[in-house]
Amino acid sequence: MTPPTADELGLRLCHHCRLACDATAQHCPRCNTWLHRRKHNSIARAWALMMTALILYIPANVLPIMHTSSFTGDSDTTILGSVVTLWLDGAWDIALIIFIASVGVPVTKFLVLGLLLLTVGRGSERSRRDRTRLYRGLELIGYWSMLDVFVAGLLVALVQFGALGSIEPRIGILYFGLVVVLTMLATMSFDPRLIWDTEPHHE
Amino acid sequence: MSELSDLIICEYCDAVYQRPRLHAHQRANCRRCGGVLARPHLFHVDHLLALCLTAVLLVVFLGVSPVLVIQTQGQAHPATLFDAVWALTRGPTDLLALVAGFSVILVPLVQVALMSWILGFAHFRQKAPGFRGCMRTLTSLSPWSMLEVFLLGALVTVFKITGRIEVLPTLGLAALAGLSLLIIGMAGRDIHRLWDELP
Ligand SMILES: [Zn+2]
Ligand SMILES: [Zn+2]
Repeated sequence: MTPPTADELGLRLCHHCRLACDATAQHCPRCNTWLHRRKHNSIARAWALMMTALILYIPANVLPIMHTSSFTGDSDTTILGSVVTLWLDGAWDIALIIFIASVGVPVTKFLVLGLLLLTVGRGSERSRRDRTRLYRGLELIGYWSMLDVFVAGLLVALVQFGALGSIEPRIGILYFGLVVVLTMLATMSFDPRLIWDTEPHHE
Repeated sequence: MSELSDLIICEYCDAVYQRPRLHAHQRANCRRCGGVLARPHLFHVDHLLALCLTAVLLVVFLGVSPVLVIQTQGQAHPATLFDAVWALTRGPTDLLALVAGFSVILVPLVQVALMSWILGFAHFRQKAPGFRGCMRTLTSLSPWSMLEVFLLGALVTVFKITGRIEVLPTLGLAALAGLSLLIIGMAGRDIHRLWDELP
């Protein structure tokens, strides 16, 4: 037996306090938030944010994220460069963590969000449950690709003295941070209820 | 139809249910999409206040205590949360320092402050002045609190430079772990119950 939907019962969910509100009300009676049937302009906003993130993901990977200067000379590191170096040094576990955070997580987000946007745009009725599960996965991995940003900050703060040389942040890491923020905003803009809106009525 | 507050709407698929009575360790899932509708609370409201005061102490401690220290030539170089964020203002990444400062300093600070305010009144079964606004701010901020990512970053940093220099994790790192857990458990989950439980 399928449960009734809020639409059928003339109800709306308040996104802030989760109260079931009357669909005729404009504001939630409990927390005064504006009520919307679905997130406003969800698909267009999610596409725009995701495409911007996708474009910025290129300089994030190509440009250096850190500059190191020491006895042995100066060098610029990219994300993938640091993964390779760590791997060759035998620190394969750290290399793996960094690879998952900076390549695995963002690429998964692009693929999953792209898939959800395409199928919802086409009004697909296939495997709704699995697609909703994918959306919850997106929410879960949210900000973990910020990892490199914080590692960069800590390294720069720690290694800045004499004999050890110094480390400075470079522009690549900025693009990286922007990719994280934009993909988070894109995920938040997407309304998972759109996956179910194509369902034919079942009285 | 029953009272509106007895109904529960799935945020993922819009299905409507009667609010279930949950026993400990029980979770209600949506039949249609499998999403979590309701989960049991981790803490009692009065315990939340005690945990919140613990969080305040951890915040103060983290304000002054380094999370990592490196030893070179007999000298110790500490880095606090603030140092790590400030370090990003060097070079062309100032904007990123803002993002990092927001997500690991400002947001957790505001979360702990608002929760103390709300829970202090909740202890006396009262809604704090500005209750609605505080709760709404907490809901909007919680996706942006990134202490746990910073924590993993600190651990990765330790392993990344060990071998070249000696890096020492400190008490600050343990405080960071504690604070992340408290904020996830409270701001992300249990604070929400106050909507239903306060008159
Ligand atoms: Zn509300
Ligand atoms: Zn559902």
